[in-house]
Order: sequence, then structure tokens, then C-alpha cells
Amino acid sequence: MLRYTVRRIAGIVPTLAVIVTASFFIVRLAPGGPFDLEHPLPPQVRANLDRAYGFDQPLAQQYLRYVGHLLQGDFGPSLKQRDFSVAELIAQGLPVSLTIGASAVLLAVLVGVPLGMLAALRRNTATDYGIAGFVALGIALPSFVVGPLLALVFGLYLHWLPVAGWESGAPQYLVLPVLTLALPIIAYVARLMRGSVLEVLRANFVRTARARGLGEVRILFRHVLRPALLPVVSYLGPAVAFVITGSLVVETVFGLPGTGRYLVQGAINRDYTLIMGMIIVYGVLTLVLNLVADLLYGWLDPRVRHD
Amino acid sequence: MTESVVGAQSVWSSARRRLQRDWVTIGAAGVIALIAVVAVLGPLLSPYAYDALDWRHLATAPQSSHWFGTDRLGRDLFVRTLFGVRISLLVGLLATAVSLVIGVVWGSVAGYVGGRADEIMMRFVDVLYSLPYLFIVIIFATVFGGASLTGLFVAIGAVGWLTTARIVRGQTLALKNREFIEAARATGVSTPGILARHVIPNLVGPIAIYATLTIPQMILFESFLSFLGVGVQEPLASLGSLINEGAQEMQSAPWMLVIPAAVLLVLLLCFNAVGDGLRDALDPREERLRTEARQ
Repeated sequence: MLRYTVRRIAGIVPTLAVIVTASFFIVRLAPGGPFDLEHPLPPQVRANLDRAYGFDQPLAQQYLRYVGHLLQGDFGPSLKQRDFSVAELIAQGLPVSLTIGASAVLLAVLVGVPLGMLAALRRNTATDYGIAGFVALGIALPSFVVGPLLALVFGLYLHWLPVAGWESGAPQYLVLPVLTLALPIIAYVARLMRGSVLEVLRANFVRTARARGLGEVRILFRHVLRPALLPVVSYLGPAVAFVITGSLVVETVFGLPGTGRYLVQGAINRDYTLIMGMIIVYGVLTLVLNLVADLLYGWLDPRVRHD
Repeated sequence: MTESVVGAQSVWSSARRRLQRDWVTIGAAGVIALIAVVAVLGPLLSPYAYDALDWRHLATAPQSSHWFGTDRLGRDLFVRTLFGVRISLLVGLLATAVSLVIGVVWGSVAGYVGGRADEIMMRFVDVLYSLPYLFIVIIFATVFGGASLTGLFVAIGAVGWLTTARIVRGQTLALKNREFIEAARATGVSTPGILARHVIPNLVGPIAIYATLTIPQMILFESFLSFLGVGVQEPLASLGSLINEGAQEMQSAPWMLVIPAAVLLVLLLCFNAVGDGLRDALDPREERLRTEARQ
């Protein structure tokens, strides 16, 4: 298990190197640059700016310089947001994005798992079909539709919750964004859970447990739950990627000061350092969280202890 | 689908039989066809252009002269929504085609050639898979898309091929040691020849299923990008950009949000239903598992 963990952590490094290299060149080869303004800068100013940021040097040399700084943990200054370093911008936004994302995944598991179990235990009843309908809708509805609609109903018509804003993370401002982000994951988790509970219930060891006279509740929680959770755990990796991209939408819809907007802004403004910083931070997040999901899987299922 | 060579007739005919009984799938396909026809013909018959301003009707609610109302600039939302549907369908189909071509070639070559090439090619797919791919789409779209639609669907299609490649590779692995492939190899057919004549034709079933399920995803991508403002640019409209405009005006003009959102939702649900129906029809094994699970 330890060897496997170490090998997987080591495997992240080359993947990250590929990501950094590929995105550096894609971003740089794009037409336009951060200093191409509507009113062109005087040539002297432009030349000074290019020299200050090293853009006058060959691309390969710029790449080496960037990687050198990166290895010392320096993402560089933002090219468009004066007086801010990329690290500062990300440090401001990341706690917001992480709070929303983590709450959404947690909520999805806490709601989705019991929902799927309920559907499995009441299979082919109205409850099951009701949950199946909710699941189909939850998966098909994109978050950029759910978000505004929730804000319209709960914010504007019912006045239960604020339409948008953050207010340093007051709980009522969290509800709608987290719900928007969690809804499709709840649906997926419930669907996976329903299928796996049904499968486990047919397993021999469950029959044995019944034969030994154990109560249904005890069988469900002691014997069925753990193996039935496996597909849900392996879905957590994709769910993380989903949450990260979903946060772009949710932060736009609800006007949250997270990091999501930096990616779109950075790409539109050709703020090279900011885009790179975002790709690297989110790349590392995705890779690490995928690893955690895989390790969790091994811990839950002794058959796949990797060595 | 590995049996399709031996009993090609029976698989397809039983699939057709199953499809004919599946009213949900047929209904969904009918709704898609209806929406497509209206989207193509509607703007031609309407008195308004998608970018024409009507100064006497700014942000008016749905009424007899403007069926879906107008936006802040007085543009007719019925025509704009239909243009959005056109773009969504176009991008959905073309991006799916792009992703299919790349995915099928990549997956079948990796699976058939095997060995070191397979390892490197699939490792590459794994690396791309481990990224939040919409990030890459966003960067591709801003970098190469700009105002052009071509850039947009190439960008979307270029990232959508990963799953296709995996599915095709898996199916190719199952096929490559079958007798008829061995026979083709023995008679001296070249590798590209075997792939084109023997491997890919046998994968049509799974590819068709996956393609129908890819279309709604591509539509979703496009709307997502347009919602974020990096997709289709003004004055053109897409369902995503209409939803974005509607979300900003929802306090005073909720129809601007609700109508395009409902159209997108219907479109996505119908495509998903057709894909699911097709999968059930073409893959009886899957259906058996399902009925078992329901007992």
C-alpha cells in the first residue's frame, strides 16, 4: 500500500510537467497578447514592458525562466491586475472556491447515498420511480440553468435567501451555490448507489447473513453499505473535476469572489501568468484528489490493496 | 456486439423490433425532429431578423407580435431562440463528428497495434482525462475560437474524443484475436486495411450508441462556453448566451431566462432519451442486466 502510494505520488510529477509545458506553449502561441490594447501603446512603452517581463527573449528561454521561477514556488506577477501577484490572487479566491466545492461534494454524498439506498429498498414502487425522475432531471439540468432558476425562485419570488453575494461566507449565502453545484452529483451518486445496493443484496454473504437470522437493518449497515459504496467512491474522482468546472458557472451566477472567474478573465485578457497559475493549481488539485479517491477505494475494498 | 459478425441480421433486426416498441425513444426523436424543423424554417417565416432592433418593443413580455417577448434591445426572442437552437444542433453534430473521427482512429490504432504504441497513446489519454477538461476547452475556445464558429466546435470536439478512444480501444482488443482478423492478416491485408475493412465496421454499434450520447454533451459544452462568454459572440445567439442574458435580466424579464432554459432542457432530455433507448435496443445484454436489477 505504501509503495503504491509513493509510486502514485511520483506519477503526478511527469503528468504535471506535461500539463505545464503544453499549456505554456498553447497559451503563448495564441494570437494577441496582454499588451495589445484597443489604443496601441507607444512603441517605446511597449518595448519597455516587453523587456520588463522578458517577452523580448526567445520563447524557449522564457519557458525555462518560467519553470525556474515555478520550482521556487513563484507564479510571477499578474500581467493585467497591477500590483497583484498571481499567488496573491489565487490565495484570495481559493478558500471561497474550496468551501463551496467541498460542501457540495459532502452534501452530495450525505443526500445521494441514502436516496439511492431508499430507491433500491423500495424498488419498483412510486418512491423508486420518483427518485428515478429526480435523477434523470438532475443529470440533464446544467448548472447554468439550475443556478439562475434557483435564484429566481428562492431569491426573487420567495425572498427566502439572498440572490447573490458572499459576505465573507455567511451560511445563507452558501445555500444556493452549494445546492446548484451538488444537484447533479446527488443524482449520479443516487443512481450508482441504487444499482450497487441491488447488486450487493443478491450476494451470497447477504443471504448467509439472513440465514443466520440477522435483522434487515443490521444487514444493511453492517454488510451491504461498505461494498455498495465502492462505485460511489470511484465516482468521486470525476465528481471533483465536475465540481471544479461547475464552480466557474456557480461563481459567475452568484457573484462569488472565488478563483473560477480568473480562468475566463485570464484567457480573454491573455494574462499569461494568471492562466498558467490557474491551470497549475487546479491541475494539482484534480490530480491529488483523484489520488485520494483511489486510495480510499483501496482502503474500502481489501481485494484491491495495491502492491 | 462481438456477435454482430455471425448474427449480423438478427442483432439489427431485433434492435429495430425493440426500438419500435420503445415509445419514449420514438417520442423523444420526434420532438428533436420537430424542434430542428422549426429552428430551420421558423426564422425564414418570421418577419424579424435575429439582430433587428424593435425600438417600440424593448424588453416586452411574450405577446402576439413577439411570441417569446423581446430582449433589452428589442430583438425578437422567438427568432433568437431558434437561432440558438440552430447553433446548438450544428455545434453538437459537428463537434461529435470531430470527436468521433479522432477517437475512433486513435482508439482502434492503439488497440490493434498494441505494445509500446498502445501504452504511450493511452497514457496520453489518461493524462488529458485527469484534467478538468472544460478548462482546456475554455482555453482552446478563447485562443483559437474567437469570433469563428469553426474554432469553437474544433475546440469542443478536440477534447471530447477521449471516451470514444477508450471505448473503441477496448472493443478493438476484444476483436483483434478473432479468426476473421487473423485470416485477413494471413492473406496479407495491411494494418490500415484491416482497421478500415474489418475492425471499425464491427464497432459501428457501440460507436453509434456513444455518438448519440455525445451530442447532448457537446450541446452542453457549447452552451456552457457561451454562457461564460467565450463561445458564440454577439450579435449571434446561442442557448447558452441567451440564458446568460436572461439571468442578468431575470428580475424584470423572467421570460428571457425561462424560455431558452426550457428549450435547452427539452433538447438535452430528448437526446439523452434517444441515446438510452438506442443503447437498450442495440445491447440486449445490458437490457437483461437491467430487468434483473429491477426484480
